[in-house]
Formats: sequence, structure tokens, C-alpha cells
Amino acid sequence: MNRILKHRLFWPVVVLVALLLLNLVFTDGFFRIQMREGHLYGSLIDIFRFGAPLILVATGMTLVIATSGIDLSVGSVVAIAGALACMQISDLSDQNSVSGVLTAVGVALALSVVLGLWNGFLVAGIGIQPIIATLILMVAGRGLAQLITDGQITTVNSAPYKLIGGGYWLTLPFGIIIVAVVLALTAFLTRRLALGLLIESVGGNAEASRLAGISARGVLMTVYAFCALCAGIAGLMISSNVSSADGNNAGLWIELDAILAVVIGGTPLSGGRFSLSGTVLGALIIQTLTTTIYSIGVPPETTLLFKALVVTIVCLIQSPAFRAKVFHRRRRPIEARPATEEKVRVSA
Amino acid sequence: MAAPAPILRMSGIGKQFPGVKALDGVDFRLLPGEVHALMGENGAGKSTLIKVLTGVYDIDAGEIELEGRRVAFSSPLAAQQAGISTVYQEVNLCTNLSVAENIFIGREPRRFGRIQWRAMRRRAAEILSRLDLDIDVSAPLASYSLAIQQMVAIARAVDIDAKVLILDEPTSSLDAGEVAQLFRVMRRLKEQGIAILFVSHFLDQIYEISDRMTILRNGKLVGEYLTSELSQVELVGKMIGRELADLEKLEARPPAREGAPLVEAERLGRPGAIEPFTLTIHEGEVVGLAGLLGSGRTEVARLLFGADHAGTGALKIGGEQVSLRTPRSAVARKLAFCSENRRAEGLIPDLTVRENIILALQAARGWTRPIPRRKQDELVDKYVAALNIRPADPDQLVRNLSGGNQQKVLLARWLILEPRLLILDEPTRGIDVGAKAEIQRLVAELSDGGMAVLFISAELEEVLRLSHKVGVLRDRRLVAELDNDERLTTDALTETIASGARA
Amino acid sequence: MTSITGLPGLRRVVPQKYVPVLVTACLFVAMFVAGGVRYDNFATGQIILNVFIDNAFLLVVAVGMTFVILTGGIDLSVGSVVALATMVSASLLKDGWPAYAVIALVLVIGATLGLGMGAIIHYFEIQPFIVTLAGMFLARGLCYTISTDSIPIENETFTAIAQTRINLGGDLSLSPSAVISIVVVLIAAYMLHYTRLGRNVYATGGSEQSALLMGLPVARTKIAVYTISGFCSALGGLLFAFYSLSGYGLSAVGMELDAIAAVVIGGTLLTGGSGYLAGTVLGVLVLGLIQTIISFEGTLSSWWTKIFIGVLLFAFILLQRVFSAGSRRGAH
Repeated sequence: MNRILKHRLFWPVVVLVALLLLNLVFTDGFFRIQMREGHLYGSLIDIFRFGAPLILVATGMTLVIATSGIDLSVGSVVAIAGALACMQISDLSDQNSVSGVLTAVGVALALSVVLGLWNGFLVAGIGIQPIIATLILMVAGRGLAQLITDGQITTVNSAPYKLIGGGYWLTLPFGIIIVAVVLALTAFLTRRLALGLLIESVGGNAEASRLAGISARGVLMTVYAFCALCAGIAGLMISSNVSSADGNNAGLWIELDAILAVVIGGTPLSGGRFSLSGTVLGALIIQTLTTTIYSIGVPPETTLLFKALVVTIVCLIQSPAFRAKVFHRRRRPIEARPATEEKVRVSA
Repeated sequence: MAAPAPILRMSGIGKQFPGVKALDGVDFRLLPGEVHALMGENGAGKSTLIKVLTGVYDIDAGEIELEGRRVAFSSPLAAQQAGISTVYQEVNLCTNLSVAENIFIGREPRRFGRIQWRAMRRRAAEILSRLDLDIDVSAPLASYSLAIQQMVAIARAVDIDAKVLILDEPTSSLDAGEVAQLFRVMRRLKEQGIAILFVSHFLDQIYEISDRMTILRNGKLVGEYLTSELSQVELVGKMIGRELADLEKLEARPPAREGAPLVEAERLGRPGAIEPFTLTIHEGEVVGLAGLLGSGRTEVARLLFGADHAGTGALKIGGEQVSLRTPRSAVARKLAFCSENRRAEGLIPDLTVRENIILALQAARGWTRPIPRRKQDELVDKYVAALNIRPADPDQLVRNLSGGNQQKVLLARWLILEPRLLILDEPTRGIDVGAKAEIQRLVAELSDGGMAVLFISAELEEVLRLSHKVGVLRDRRLVAELDNDERLTTDALTETIASGARA
Repeated sequence: MTSITGLPGLRRVVPQKYVPVLVTACLFVAMFVAGGVRYDNFATGQIILNVFIDNAFLLVVAVGMTFVILTGGIDLSVGSVVALATMVSASLLKDGWPAYAVIALVLVIGATLGLGMGAIIHYFEIQPFIVTLAGMFLARGLCYTISTDSIPIENETFTAIAQTRINLGGDLSLSPSAVISIVVVLIAAYMLHYTRLGRNVYATGGSEQSALLMGLPVARTKIAVYTISGFCSALGGLLFAFYSLSGYGLSAVGMELDAIAAVVIGGTLLTGGSGYLAGTVLGVLVLGLIQTIISFEGTLSSWWTKIFIGVLLFAFILLQRVFSAGSRRGAH
């Protein structure tokens, strides 16, 4: 029992289950999943479907945060990727041309990776604090997205493109499949291959990692590029779902939701150990919250209020200082072993 | 001269940490108007004693009296308010603020709540001029050298009416001129009747400035001496635990087989860290580095491993001229380095034993080529067993291990790489006797197997027992290179460390 | 990086700490001159005053943000608090509350929100980023619970303030809001420079650890800056209400970014401990002038504003890095 209580995903799971139970009580047929015209429908499916972009962005964000960084620019990358893809598709003579759409998607994702490399360069190459480094692209990127669409909301009418965010494949919404693939790929890269170990190592102790022969610069560049790639895919999904690109509003505040999802999922902002499943849980909590508010008839205007509440509660119960103060457990501020503490050397 | 009553008296001080007795029945006294050096090697308990005195830690046993009254400080701030101020090597001031502010912040002269900048600057200049310091007090502290920053810290401490001033390694980053300036200030303060507790690893400085010294070893009091009555050799002997009379001979190491030169450093140096040195390490050879803390032992190791950039000189590995830009390139050439600072520069505390062990190997292979799980288990199990790592659970977080076991995990990390040169910086510090012996045995075995080892330790017996050759460092210079033949004893080594030349 | 030494000549004449602010000032003058050369009717005093008039609310918000950033923190909630302030004023005024009671209440709400966030940040040791993010959601959510539509303000006092122009002689005039914002800047500058609170803000940002060891009230300082920021946001919201004469839950979206950008362009380090309010004022003026130039240009679209701000941010962050690297070298 104690082990379950101490598990890092215990509280996020409790919150998610509580939200779902709330729905069980208040919403009829919330857990019902129907098959209509060969497609699966239902509230649960919707949570996954609408939550797909957030899960994607949060996945990339998890890796960045694990290196003790942060990427504020993902919202802008979402907008840029969507804008670029839509602009290219709208220029096609045949918008339904599969090869044309694939090219557009490829170019958009390539640009996303370039933007990620730019962030990685600022952080790892020049050594700017991640929050500031990515702030640059966060601000300028919105402008770039509008520049690409010339400030218009560009609409496209392309069946292949529509598939990405709005279509179905094998009875499932295509977006869910993309998320599953990306998650599987991320899990493969980080857990089957050794990227995860190096990321956690750099985030846990950068100097020790350097002395162990890890190229922190390479790891950081990879991670920021990957995060931007995830954001790019999410951008395609969002713009495809509405068949248009809105440079101004696409992906607005998604960086904040993504960071929240990561933090709720138990990955500390200070870096180190990360949990992909925790992040998925966090993203699902955020999405379920939104869905729940709609479905139990609370005015949708108050979504943000509940979000603030849930965020505060989850962050507080995960804060050691809060637990110590509330449960009156005295924290031992110094538990240093004298021998290892003797000397702190600063390499000048 | 009749000794005045001590302003500070600590008696029977005991402090226990999990697994370590950091202080055990230590007595210490401080007289007004003296400079009192606190001596001891790393882990002797100097820092703990200072931390206990200034309220960073509670004491488990003993009592502290300040001006005859029993005291127990809850925090450094409380100690400061009672008149005990500490100036660390890392200056605890706000370098973004002006010099004047750093002296006065929190107690600025004000009128109707408005800070009187002019008055503050004038008074700051006065205080500093009393310390023979004539600087622009309105400039930010960051624009001055560390020496001046330290003196500003001292000025602040003195101005808050300090009776006891603790200077913890204030000179480690200062050049000769700055040290002289600091000593001038210390003498001024001494004349004013302030008691100064001084910690430094530079023996010449101790002999220049201090009146009296207290020596600690392994958390126990060795004794209190007048500086003028204790020679440098006696001091070093007492610090590292060997009396001159004790002439026990250690069994000499078998001479190294004549291996090929593996690492050749030619006038390798880094300004401010280590003077250019020339050192050759052969295959299968154990080279010991002896010297006191701060003598440049670690700096030599870091340069050889590429952890710092060498400013001067050349380095050959296996006869090939190389320039090590990063540790990564050193690892690629099969060099390995166990830092003395396990926590900051070695372990990733949140990762498991397994992950910590395979980290360097994985880094060398790159992340796209993971070590197969079976191989991992094989390697990890082998070294957990060979090094007797406890608990023998590869999935335990390394932060939960004891110091000795953490050290073994670090060793294992490098051993699985099968390096040609293994650099061990204080591998046996702060770990228990059993683990110590195991590590020493391991070093001997490794060198018998053909691996070169650079072994750094403050314990001379250990250095002598293991090394074929000993480099002696003093004041950031390699002063001697001695073959470990039957004529080399700890006394001779002690003599060399103390005097800077072979006796 | 060592080869870039910044502006050596400038550095000799003025202390290095003023250089970032001076660079921003030069940039502002250069933009103004360039605008004057390029467009007719540009190089007038009123253009600058208009920047003040149009950005009074941003200036006030940026002042609060400066306090927070100087301690090394960040406040993402400011834009939402601005919106909340407009909503609360608009809805209460519609219910017939007297204007001054509304103003007082709004200011108290803003300060209380800030106080709460500051207390959580300090006592529960949760990152400011997350706490103020929650604050942002909370304030924005409260807006929507009041109303999702825009509420017009018809109160006499508010409309009077909105329409008044204070003549400064010649053709120059200012709005009361602009005057208020300038007064806020002056008070804040006095606080930062001449009071213990202000100096503690700098000390905390310089090194929290050292500040604690020097016996400074770090807890009180940190909570105070978030309270000040909340207060400034609420005041900024009132000015915004004077400016727009309406309350709307979607107003001031993204203003936290503008405020942070203004502070950074003004030469304040995001890591805390270094910067001046004068820089923040200049930062806001530069942002305002970019918009003015783009509107004069006519053919340039509004999104160029964002791109320019991004480029400026990049340039200034790079500049700061060069300078901070320089001063660190000086310390050894």
C-alpha cells in the first residue's frame, strides 16, 4: 500500500480517476463507445482525439524539461508548421494530390526541426538560459507564422491533409494513431536506445555528465529539435482538423498546457528523471478536465478556473515544502555527509 | 605575556553524521587579538567545527561559550548577530550591488525612510580606509577582484561589531600581492582585539600570519600549539598522522616493468591553476601524487583528462601529440578520471547504480548504440560483485548508497571501459576502512594487469604503498618526482611537502 | 566571445552598469530620427507623448514586472490580471457602483492575487513560472465567469478620464492615464533606489543565498514584489479600461510577453539583480515606437512588430551575455 502511495504517478492517477468518476455520476453514457460508419465514437475517444496535439507537444516538452530546460516556443512552432503546410497546399494545382500534401508536410516538419535546432543552438551553443532563449522564438515565431499566411486565415480543401487531424484510419481517429506512433518512437529512442539515459544524466548533473564523456551539446540540440518536431506535427494536426491555418491563434498557450502536463505528470522542472507516461497522464487530465466541464454542464467559461484549481492542487501536493508544512513533518535541511561536502570547487 | 581570557571556548564538541563521526570530543579556544589557524587535512573536521560554531549544524555533545556565556546558535545569522562573522572563500555578498551597499545593506543610514546614499558612501570609504583600502565604493562589487571582495566582506563583518572573525580558506584564489594585502588587514584587526580563526592550506601563509594553531585529524583534536614552537615538518606529520619518531617502513612496491610511455605531459600548465609541469606515466605504472589540499593535485589530474583546457605545454598519449578539448576526447583515448568530488562531478544521484555504472561506456558508444540489457546485467553484476558494492541491487538509486559504495560505483563506471590510464583523485576519502583496503588492492591488481594509474591521495602511506613513482606538489607546482625505492619514507615525503625540496 | 568587448569608448565614459540602458536609449533615438527622416509629421514631441498615451497600461504593468524580474522571478499572470481589472470595473460600474470605490476594490483585488501567488512561491517553494501560470488561468477564468462578452463602460468619471487631455503648452498634450503611468514610474524608481525594500529586491536577485546570510528579509521581499506586480497589473487594467472604455475577458492576451520583452530590452537581466526602471521605460517606448513606425509605414503589416521585437530581444540578450561575461572576467 505504501509503495503505491509513494509511486510518482499516484496523485496524477487519483486526479484523473476522480475526474472520470465525476463524469460517471454526472454524465450519461460517458463511458459508452459506439461504432458508427466504421468509426469509433464516444467521450473517451474524444478526450484522446482533442488531446492529441497537447500530448504530442507535451512529449517533446518532457524531454526538454528533463534536461532542466524549457521550450516556450512550441506554440509558435505549431502555428508556423500549420501555416507553412497550408500555404503550400493552397498553392497546389490539385489540393488532393497526395504527393503535394506529403511534400508540404515534409517541408513544414523540416522547418520545425530547423527552428528547434535554433533553440538548441542558443541554449547549448551560446549558453543562454532556456527560458529566455526560447522566448525569442515564442515572440518572433507568431510574427513569422502571420508572415507566412500574410496575416490571413488560409483555408485549404484537401482530403489527404484533412486526414491528419480529422480523419479516421482503422476505426480510430488518425490523430490518435499519430500520437501512438510518436509516443512509441519516443519511448523507443529514450528507453530502448540510450537517449533517455543521456538526457536524464545531463539534466541530473551536467558537470558530472561532461566528465563522464557525454556531449551535452549534442544531447541538447537533439532534444530541442525533437521537441520542435513534435510541435510541428501537432501544428499540422491542429490546422488539418480545421482545414485552415491561423498564424495568430493556432497553438496559442499550448506551451503552457504542455509544461503543466509535464509537471502534473511528475517530471520536475529542475530536470533529471522524466516520465513519459506521467506526461500523457498530465495531458489527459488537462483534456479530461475540459471535456468534463463541458459535459457536466458547468459553463465552459469557467474551464480556466477549474484548471487553475487542479494545477494548484496537483502542484501543491507534489511540493515537498507543502507536504512538510501541512503534515508538520520537520524537514532536515542539511543532511550532508561531511566528507563529501568539504570542498566545493568551481571551475573558473 | 599573560594570556588573556579566551573570548570563545568550545569544549568536548561531538558531531555525528550517518555513518561518520565528524567531530569527537574536540576542544578549541580562541583568544582576543590573535590569529588562530585551524589545521587538518580534508575530512579532519575543520569545516564541521566551523559550521557547528556558526549555527549551520547543531552539536551532539559539548558546549560553546562566547565571552563566558553559553551559546547555541540556530543559524549563521544568529551567530553573526552575536558577533561571530564568517567570510568564506566563496564570498557571500551580492556582487551586483555597490561596495558601499554590501557593507551597509540592511542597516543603511536613512532619513524619513530615504536611504542616505552620500552618507553611506562616506562611511563605507571610512571603514575601508581603516583597512588600508582606497577604492571607489560606488562601483559594483563585481568589478573588483576576489581579494577586494573578501576584504569588503571582512569590512561588513567588522562593522557589525564582530568579536570573532572566521576566515575559511580566504586565500585559495588570491595571488601573492592580494594575500599580502589581506594579511595587512588581518594584522590591523588583530590590533583592534578581534579574534581571527584562519583556515588555509598554504603552510607558508600559516607561518606568516598565525600566532597559534589547533590541529584536527579524523574528527579528533591532535593538539593546540604556538606556531613559533612547531616546525613545518612536525605540523605536516601531525596533520597526516605520522610522528617523526615513527619510522615504520612500508614494504616497497615491486618495481614496475619497463612499460612504454603512455602519457607524456611536457610543460603542461594552466595559469592560475597549476604551473607548467612535466610528467611521464608508463603503462602498468602507478604514479602517486602527494601534496596538501590546494597544492595542485587535482589540477594536474583535470588537465591530463581534458576537464580543463591546458593553457600551455603539450600532451602526448601513446606517443601521439593530442589536444584534449573535452573529457569526451580523453575517454575516446581510453583515459578515465574519478573526481574527488563525487557528488558534484561524479554521480548522477537520481539514476540507479546500473545507470551510473554504464554511463561512460554508453556515452562513448553514443546513444544510438545502446548496450544490450544482457550485456549491461553482465557488466554490472560482475563489478557489483568484484567491488563488493552494497546493497548489491543494481536498481537502487545511487543517492541512497554510502560514500564508499558510491565511490565503488564510480570506479566501476570507468573500469568497464578498460582504460589505459585511470586517474583516481582521492578515491579513499571519507569512506570506511574496509572499502579503503578494497580499493587499494584493486589499484595494485589493475596495474599488475598493465593499466597505468595516477593515484592522488592526502594519505602518504597509501601513496607509498601503491605507487612506483611519487610526484610531490606544493603551492601549485610539481616540486619533485621521486622513485619509490627503499629510501623513500613517509618522513622523507613529509619533508619534501613541507620544504618544497627533497630532504 | 572574448573578442567582442562591446562599446569600449562608451564604457570608459559611463559606468558599465548603465551601458545596457544607454544602448536602448540610443536605439530609441535612432529609431526616432530614422522615422523623422523617413516620414513627414513624425519627428514631433507629440509622437513620443502618443507612445506614452497608447502604452500607459503596458508601462505600469512593466514596472511591476521589473520588480519581479529584478528578484529573479517571473510573473505570467499580469495580462490576465489586467483583463480581470477591466472586467471587474466594467461590471461593477454597470451595477451602479461609485467609480472610486470600484478603483479601490480593483487595486485591492490585484494586490491580493499577487500576495497569494508570492506566498505560495516562497513558502511552498514552487517555481514562480508554474504558480503565476495558475494565477493567469485563475484571473482569466474569473473574467469569463463575470461575462464572456465585452461590457461597455459608461460611468461619467471613467469617460471623463478617458476624454481629458492635459495640455502641456504648444501642441503637446497627455492623457491622465499617461500622467498616472509616469507618476507610477517615478514612485517605483524612488522605491527601488531609495528604500530598503528596493535595495533588498536587488540583493535578493543578486544572490538569494547571500541576502539570507546578510540577514535581509528575503521572504518579505519576494512576497512584496509579486504583490507590487499584482497591484501594478490591476492599475494597468484600470488604465486600459480608461483607454478602451470597456471590460473584456479577452483583452490584454499576451501582455505578459510584451511586458517581459520591454523589461529585457530595457537591459534588465532575467536572472535578476541587475537593471533599471529607466530601461523598462525605454523598453516600452521602443516597443511603442515600433508600432508607430509600422503604422506610418502603412505597407508593413502588423506582424512585423512581433518579428522586430523578437530580433531586438535576441540582440539584447546576446549583448547582455557579452557584458555579463565581461564583468565575470573582471571579478577574477
